Amino acid sequence: MPVIWILLILAGLAIAGVVLGRRRALASAGGDPTALHSRPNYHGASVALAALIPSLLLLAVWLFVQPVLIDARVTGQIPESAVPDGGTRDLLMGDVERLADGLEILVRTGRVSPREAADLSAGDDIRGQLGAIGLALGSDVSPAILDAARTFRNLSRRGALLMTVAVLGVAAAGFGLSLSRVNKDRRARNAVERVIRGLLLVAALIAILTTLGIVLSMLFESISFFRQYPIADFFFGTNWAPNFRGNSDLGILPLLWGTLYISFIALAVAVPVGLFAAIYLSEYASRRLRSVAKPLIEVLAGIPTIVYGLFALLVVGPALRDYFAQPLGIGNSSSSVMTAGLVMGIMLIPFVSSLSDDIISAVPQTMRDGSLGLGATRSETIRQVVVPAALPGIVGAILLAASRAIGETMIVVLGAGAAARLDLNPFEAMTTVTVKIVSQLTGDTNFASPETLVAFALGLTLFVITLVLNVVALAIVRRYREQYE
Amino acid sequence: MTDMPDDRGAGRSAATSTASIMRPDARTKSRNAAEKRFRAYGLGAIVIGILALVFLLASILYRGLPAFTQTYISIDVALPAETLDPEGNRDPAEMAKVITFGYAGLVDDAMQSALEARGIEVEGLNDPGVLISKQAPAQIRDWVLSNPEAVGGTERFDFLATSRIDQYYKGAVTMESAARDSQISPEQLQLADILKDEGMLTRKFNWSFVTAPDASDQRPEAAGLGVAILGSAYMMLIVLGLALPIGVAASIYLEEFAPTNRWTDIIEVNISNLAAVPSIVFGILGLAIFINFGGLPQSAPIVGGLVLTLMTLPTIIISTRASLKSVPPSIRDAALGVGASKMQAVFHHVLPLAGPGILTGTIIGLAQALGETAPLLLIGMVAFVTEYPDAPPEGFFDPATALPVQVYNWTQRADPAFAERASGAIIVLLVFLAIMNITAIVLRRKFERRW
Repeated sequence: MPVIWILLILAGLAIAGVVLGRRRALASAGGDPTALHSRPNYHGASVALAALIPSLLLLAVWLFVQPVLIDARVTGQIPESAVPDGGTRDLLMGDVERLADGLEILVRTGRVSPREAADLSAGDDIRGQLGAIGLALGSDVSPAILDAARTFRNLSRRGALLMTVAVLGVAAAGFGLSLSRVNKDRRARNAVERVIRGLLLVAALIAILTTLGIVLSMLFESISFFRQYPIADFFFGTNWAPNFRGNSDLGILPLLWGTLYISFIALAVAVPVGLFAAIYLSEYASRRLRSVAKPLIEVLAGIPTIVYGLFALLVVGPALRDYFAQPLGIGNSSSSVMTAGLVMGIMLIPFVSSLSDDIISAVPQTMRDGSLGLGATRSETIRQVVVPAALPGIVGAILLAASRAIGETMIVVLGAGAAARLDLNPFEAMTTVTVKIVSQLTGDTNFASPETLVAFALGLTLFVITLVLNVVALAIVRRYREQYE
Repeated sequence: MTDMPDDRGAGRSAATSTASIMRPDARTKSRNAAEKRFRAYGLGAIVIGILALVFLLASILYRGLPAFTQTYISIDVALPAETLDPEGNRDPAEMAKVITFGYAGLVDDAMQSALEARGIEVEGLNDPGVLISKQAPAQIRDWVLSNPEAVGGTERFDFLATSRIDQYYKGAVTMESAARDSQISPEQLQLADILKDEGMLTRKFNWSFVTAPDASDQRPEAAGLGVAILGSAYMMLIVLGLALPIGVAASIYLEEFAPTNRWTDIIEVNISNLAAVPSIVFGILGLAIFINFGGLPQSAPIVGGLVLTLMTLPTIIISTRASLKSVPPSIRDAALGVGASKMQAVFHHVLPLAGPGILTGTIIGLAQALGETAPLLLIGMVAFVTEYPDAPPEGFFDPATALPVQVYNWTQRADPAFAERASGAIIVLLVFLAIMNITAIVLRRKFERRW
């Protein structure tokens, strides 16, 4: 039975639980709701929850564990001789699963009767039959694979049946047990609230699980990368030349250089512009100008990065090449460090400006008044009192912007180019860590080769760098806020 | 900074001094000039920011708007029964055996006969049919299969012109560039001009740009956003269905129930860090966990939706917590005072009052998710998909693309006509984003409450 049907049955059971629980609770109180400890709805909800939660948990665990168990069993069944030279057991398992799926479809569409499916031998034209239903097999079916596929299919079917029975059984048991305990003195509300509180906690823990998932997924793949490729060569290698036939040079330094160079240019654009904009908006601008200019600048932050990427690719890149690089004879490429840096700088302006604006506004007015009262002009007050007082917060904002710049992907994919290079000329195409993650992980990938796995090591490096920047920046901003509150 | 202009030169008397509060001295002047300069820098920064925005939007609009109109050629096509329906019974199932290739000759024949009928002749031009998109045979076939009784007669079709002809009328292709181009010749452009004078060639609004699926490299004129918009919509449904309840539940826990201890601190720091993790890292997570480990299909909206959910969660949690925090404690106290449990106070009173704020934050989170590209590249959404996904829930597992990914995809194609379509797609994306953000602003204005 498909999982969706099980879910529908469970939903029906839950609704029945609400209705019956309510009715039974009212009946136990002789129809007088004021005699109940909890309102009838809570009795209903407690029955529904008792039916749903254990069965859904069981379903989730089962769906997770069953494939692992079956895989292990079937893999063990395939004899060593059936594994082709140069192939792996994992690849073979892929074939087995596809064949098993194919058999299932053949039986379900009535092309093959269940009995025939059990009697199929490798000599029959299985590949042709599967081809007829649009399932392509790489090679002819060997007897070992066919056996494995048959076991796989049988185990899966048996497992699915068992799962249906178990899940529905648990649901029915919970339903019955809970319904029988409905009674006017039962503290149904307390029980229901405890469960809801637990669910709320689980939701809050998803954030932790996400972080854990990020770290673990990248860590495991990175470890298997470093088993194949020396860790020192990765971190200190100055040459990036992946080659899918093997013998690649996978040094991260050129990528890091491109990343940092582009981020530096972006910050060189965004920090002065953003900071001055924030100062003007918070210290000088009239209320009317502020109400127009601030949202307009913040629109820049709401524009997706792909739009900036396209802008770099179609407008800024060609313009820089035609009007700067080529006349000056310093480059012929429309994708360059300068292109990506400038556009990324524009993207970061609102980031710097709105964060700094908040921070500057948080500087107490008394400090400004003191300075103005001593005869300083407004700009002197800003330069010598307000900005120094806000400096830690501004540094935090700049660090956050830097982490944004380092992790930015689409602008550099479209604007910076793909050539890994250690160069000083900003009108040359260079590449970044994020660009290489995209290029190593899109298209046909083989998760056993270092050329693919390197992307995870790159991702981990990127994650660690941005995490450190974020933690430092958030700590600075937080401490600064406390200072003036 | 506090020194006054007259603190130099002791013993200065009124008779010899030129210093006056009415006449600023050099130092005051330079300080005032510095003040003015500083102000100008600030104003300049704002102008730069706004100019960048205007320039960005204007250049995208300028490049993308032409994608919404397309050049069509309308001609009469004879539908010979002997090739289209060899069995002669007008049964669509039988006629479907004639593949698209069998229709290819019809377009050429129709073009030849249309030119002959009007006495049009261009020197050095032998195959006028190439003016018409390679999409045309499939278009005729689809139409014939749904109108089998029309076989044997003649029918007028509006065909897309090839992208070079289209670009000619949009100004990107000229006679000179056509002479160097292997895909178009100046003679063909002359013919196009003649057709235009005859009224057979027109440029009109192109709905299929928004509704049609993507098309291959040779047919940029036929490429559309249909699958991408559907894929994006599916992902937004998944994000809304998962991120909103989970985000609200997490915020309620953290804001209303969590004890202040180390664990709560860890969760909070974690959430604010997750909000700043580069988006591509979430793509790696999706690839490693959902696809390689969980066995979900590549290019499927379900995986994209899950990845975007995890990305959007921190945004939703942060804004939901802010709106829960803005509900004054007196509301909670009043509810508790009349005997509600803590849970009832939160769910019956605080949550409804925080509702509009939560909604606004969710819409803004969704808008962010809609524009996100990088993580989707890693989970295979760049695939070339020409089939619409099924209706949900099965459709969540069908291959699809997403709007921003489609833009990226088109920028990687060789034909320059795709650049125009990429900009057009950006306009569609920006329109959706604008609608969402304006809705959020309107909701906020309408329901905003000051306590």
